[in-house]
Amino acid sequence: MTLRGWSLAGGAALLALITLSSTFYTVSETEQVVITQFGQPIGQAITTPGLHVKLPFAQEANVFDKRWLEWNGNPNQLPTRDKKYIWVETYARWRIADPLLFFQRLRDERGAQSRLDDIIDGDTRNVIANHNLIEVVRTSNRTFERSDDVEDVMDEEAVRQVELGRDKITRLILERASRVVPDYGIELVDVQIQRVNYIESVQAKVFDRMISERKRIADRHRSEGQGKSAEIRGRKERELKIIESEAYRKTQEIMGRGDAEATSVYAAGYGRNPELYKFLRSMDTYRVGVDKDSWLVLSTDADLFHYLQSPNAGGPAHKGARPPEK
Amino acid sequence: MATYGSGFDQDGFLRLAREAGERLRGSRRWVWGIGLGIVGLVALSGAYYQVEPDEVALVTRFGRYVRTSEPGPHTKFPFGVERVQKVPVQRQLKQEFGFRTVRADIQSAFRRDEQTTAEATMLTGDLNVATVGWIVQYKISDPYKYLFKLRDVDETFRLMAEASMRSVVGDHSVTELLTVGREAIAAKAKDLLSDLCRRYDNGISVQQLVLQDVDPPEPVKPSFNDVNQAIQERERSINDAWAEYNREIPRARGLAEQSIEAAEGYAVDRVNRAKGDAQRFVAQEEQYRKAPEVTRSRLYLETMSEVLPRAGKKLILDDKTRGLLPLFPLGNAGEAKP
Repeated sequence: MTLRGWSLAGGAALLALITLSSTFYTVSETEQVVITQFGQPIGQAITTPGLHVKLPFAQEANVFDKRWLEWNGNPNQLPTRDKKYIWVETYARWRIADPLLFFQRLRDERGAQSRLDDIIDGDTRNVIANHNLIEVVRTSNRTFERSDDVEDVMDEEAVRQVELGRDKITRLILERASRVVPDYGIELVDVQIQRVNYIESVQAKVFDRMISERKRIADRHRSEGQGKSAEIRGRKERELKIIESEAYRKTQEIMGRGDAEATSVYAAGYGRNPELYKFLRSMDTYRVGVDKDSWLVLSTDADLFHYLQSPNAGGPAHKGARPPEK
Repeated sequence: MATYGSGFDQDGFLRLAREAGERLRGSRRWVWGIGLGIVGLVALSGAYYQVEPDEVALVTRFGRYVRTSEPGPHTKFPFGVERVQKVPVQRQLKQEFGFRTVRADIQSAFRRDEQTTAEATMLTGDLNVATVGWIVQYKISDPYKYLFKLRDVDETFRLMAEASMRSVVGDHSVTELLTVGREAIAAKAKDLLSDLCRRYDNGISVQQLVLQDVDPPEPVKPSFNDVNQAIQERERSINDAWAEYNREIPRARGLAEQSIEAAEGYAVDRVNRAKGDAQRFVAQEEQYRKAPEVTRSRLYLETMSEVLPRAGKKLILDDKTRGLLPLFPLGNAGEAKP
């Protein structure tokens, strides 16, 4: 082959290759394609994946994503109906439902993103502004489980009943935003509130409130401890008194019974001769009652000294007392 | 072409090769040969692919999904006609929220920064704030959906996990979150996330959701600790009081028992003594009755002889010397008169 022959062949091959690549196009599982002819959309969008044919050069394949696409909102500072300022961060997932319409209205995803910013942010703002904070935070009206240790001190707002709750709020945002987006060939698949936080100045106040709540709880525990322990001490005192007084009562009873029995025994015994008892008892008392500091003043009339003056007087014959020495 | 075989006509082979080479060179066919060789190599290398044990591979032909290959060696159509995307379906995947593991080891290192703090900070149902760290373990259960349903599956999954967790925490009080409700919250968040995965149809199945560090926010922490301390104090003061109770009451009971026993002793003592005394008196009286006068005098005089010597001062007065009496100071003198 000559050089001319070679270059002709090469040129033809190149031309064929370019024509082929302009005729065939692939649509992947994640794509959908709108064919335009000189900028004019032709027919329906092609969504079946695989190898497809179009007119070369005249027609152009405009590729769009078929998957769920992301939209992540920026944190927005929004007021709730009860004038709480919060940061709300939402995310949404959307897809190009009508590529033709999408292509006509927005051309590409960038356009879609900015339009979604407007729509979703706006609807989020409206919905949040029409509801109290608690509606955005809570989902249901379930009552909080109480711990044995920490009985909660609830904020007044926190115990307010929820009318809608987070789920319904997000659904509301989704519904409202979904009203507009079909005009752009977009289907909004889901909107979720990803984050809700207090703005800094509110957060500081919330922290203060939390601290004072905990302080109240702690104080209550402490005073409860003091109260309970005082109660236990009181019970102790009471039981001590009961025990002691009962013991006293019983001992007195028992001793009394003993005394009584002894008394009756004495009475029975001594009753046989009270005079003798008196006499014997007196004798015993003299024995015990007189010691060296005692003065004895005796009259010579006494029986004992009967014989001191005359041995012939009658009376008990026994050893008499000696005359006093001092 | 092996050249090291035994019994192989090496010379003959070399000759043949030389001749073939000359023929090729002569007709320039070697150019074609090399060209075809390169094309063959590219085709071979593009046709072969290997799937690791924990993955499957999804094959698309001209963008269209055609088959899934299990682990092992496989071939496909080269030159970009068939493409392979590998998905680790067997692997247990994990996402961390509110912290990041920097180094997983025996002693793992964790990192927290502004981003993770933002992930972790959330509102509780009683409008308090808490920081929650958690992990989600999941598997790719449907590689087709995982690859083709959502564009940014993993990032979306993170957002879904955050939304679910916040939704559940928002329905619990801070106390529940910190104490009794941990497991329930994790379970509910897992259910919610699983529901969301089903709704998004993203081919992910959630295996486990585990709460990690759950704390009150940093500035509030000391007051939460103070509550715990107060609980301890309460328990301690109650225990102290009970200890005191248990120390004193049994002792008082014992003492009471003792005094009762002593009283019993006293009573018995009294009665026995009375009986003794009475017996003695009765016996004495019986003898007395036999000779009352003598006995009486004897007892009297015996007593006197005992008493008189003991008295320190004695004064015997006659009726006629009665005037003497006022001379004596009778201050503390005992008086006895027979």
